[in-house]
Amino acid sequence: MIKLFSLKQQKKDEEGSARAGGSQKKASAAQLRITKDLNELNLPKTCSTEFPDPDDLLNFKLIICPDEGFYRGGRFVFSFKVGPNYPHEPPKVKCETSVYHPNIDLEGNVCLNILREDWKPVLTVNSIVYGLQYLFLEPNPEDPLNKEAADELQSNRRLFEQHVQRAMRGGYVGTSYFERCLK
Amino acid sequence: MASGEIENSDYQQKRWHNIRKLLERSGPFCHPDFEPSAEILDYIMNSCKVLIVGAGGLGCELLKDLALMGFKKLHVVDMDTIELSNLNRQFLFRKNDIGLSKAKCAVEFVNKRIPGCEAIAHHCPIQDLDDGFYRQFHIVVCGLDSIVARRWLNGMLMSLLQYNDDRSLDQSSVIPLVDGGTEGFKGNARVILPGMSACIECTLDLYPPQKTFPLCTIANTPRLPEHCVEYVKVLQWCKENPWGPNTGLDGDDPQHVAWVHEKAQERAMKYGIANVTYQLTQGVLKNIIPAVASTNAAIAAACATEVFKLASSCCANMNNYMVLNMSDGVYSYTFSAEKRLECVACSNTTRVLEIEPDATLQVIYDKLCEDNGYLMKSPGITTVINGRNKTLYMASIKSIEEKTKDNLKRRITELGLYNGVDLLVADVTTPNTITIKLKFSDSIDIDMSR
Repeated sequence: MIKLFSLKQQKKDEEGSARAGGSQKKASAAQLRITKDLNELNLPKTCSTEFPDPDDLLNFKLIICPDEGFYRGGRFVFSFKVGPNYPHEPPKVKCETSVYHPNIDLEGNVCLNILREDWKPVLTVNSIVYGLQYLFLEPNPEDPLNKEAADELQSNRRLFEQHVQRAMRGGYVGTSYFERCLK
Repeated sequence: MASGEIENSDYQQKRWHNIRKLLERSGPFCHPDFEPSAEILDYIMNSCKVLIVGAGGLGCELLKDLALMGFKKLHVVDMDTIELSNLNRQFLFRKNDIGLSKAKCAVEFVNKRIPGCEAIAHHCPIQDLDDGFYRQFHIVVCGLDSIVARRWLNGMLMSLLQYNDDRSLDQSSVIPLVDGGTEGFKGNARVILPGMSACIECTLDLYPPQKTFPLCTIANTPRLPEHCVEYVKVLQWCKENPWGPNTGLDGDDPQHVAWVHEKAQERAMKYGIANVTYQLTQGVLKNIIPAVASTNAAIAAACATEVFKLASSCCANMNNYMVLNMSDGVYSYTFSAEKRLECVACSNTTRVLEIEPDATLQVIYDKLCEDNGYLMKSPGITTVINGRNKTLYMASIKSIEEKTKDNLKRRITELGLYNGVDLLVADVTTPNTITIKLKFSDSIDIDMSR
């Protein structure tokens, strides 16, 4: 153990504590961590990011343009919001493009395990990017968020594929309208 | 008690009788370096400044414990006001106090009740107080319910550390942090010596993750009453926006809770799920875990004891993390949490980079890549100026690279950088973002404490 305070220097210098006029605001741990995450972001060639304000690293968009699978040729935009409790809590991710997908609902909620129940502080923005990309390559009908789409994928793959194409070109699938999102 | 009695030396003798036994005698459990002396009590009473963060369940206990131990120079900070549901355990508050500042009421009560106590209240968020404020304390003890607040406080105490020229830690800049936390029948207490032992950020993964359910379960296969409430909270609220699109769900607004309760009941009915009560709805919305007064008392007592040991050096401190679990019998265990070498908060010792004041950002970038001390591959450089984050240059993100590449040609003073500013630099060659302080080569004096 160290003896932190010797009784001789027991009084803290109160004058000194207010010295130098104001104080410099320090970067938060979340900020330090996201800077590291982004500087090491290694995007697959199908993905790109957009930062509306380059000084704000906590809010950005990820654009995925799958080059294979059901969603080839589409362009899907996700918004990322990194909160002050990152990486204890995952970023909030929403899909801003309307998409006919078993794991993404019409409000843009995404069912990806690492965005909720399986998030761990060791994961990074890169892990989420790969997770999202995987959703487009392998939609998972076992964990549906859009139940209609999931059921269809399981019962009639051809029909599902046609509906995905129709939605990406812009049009109705059932009663829901999808905006065109082809590149 | 009459004020005349306070002056009475007989009373004073009796009042500190037990504390004196600890401070003025040696014993088999004392720390080997401990020198018993009457001065220590004087130090505790008249010099040692302790900051208590939080005046809630733990905070009330801590304030009472420390004040009764003889600490007089106590400061209490809490941004909250008193609610009816606090009164069962936050014993410094009465029904008349509902709506008033927790910090102020707690301090007023203790100053009146405990002769000589001079506690001072701060009714504000901890983030509103600056480094000058925190630097005045010898010890900080906290009873918080928020991880964000703990991390902020931890970061603040780390930023106050000063290093000698040989990069060794200047121990006089260390302000120990004693941290307590409780959740139902479980609790923990720990001692953190910033820069020396494991900090909050080192052990971030020890905090249990917030309880969440898979989105698809909530949406399609609800089984529990909680699933129904979560459904309304996560999916239905933003779809229906009952109070307009700009009103977020507020767990403290009874109308909001009632709306969620009603919708959750409808959903529960559809799936044959029972027991969606108002209380459960509120609990899920606010993530409430019932607070237990005895857990708070035990954890606060452990924390107060550690503060006493730090202030007096009479015994070795807890090393360094104690867990208490009273949910199934009583169990406690103390272990030594290890400092993480790659911790973002405490391994981040500031380095100094000397630079001509008329240099461009490119010069800094090249130094980081070429100087033997750094040899970085592709440093991303950001800073904080007047509390605002600023990205100076980052090559890895195309859209940022395009918007910041012109900065490389600009002089650092044009970019708002000044002598003593901190640059935050991330690179693959370091496990974390590191802090580099700029030192302008023509200036003799640099205040390294900032």
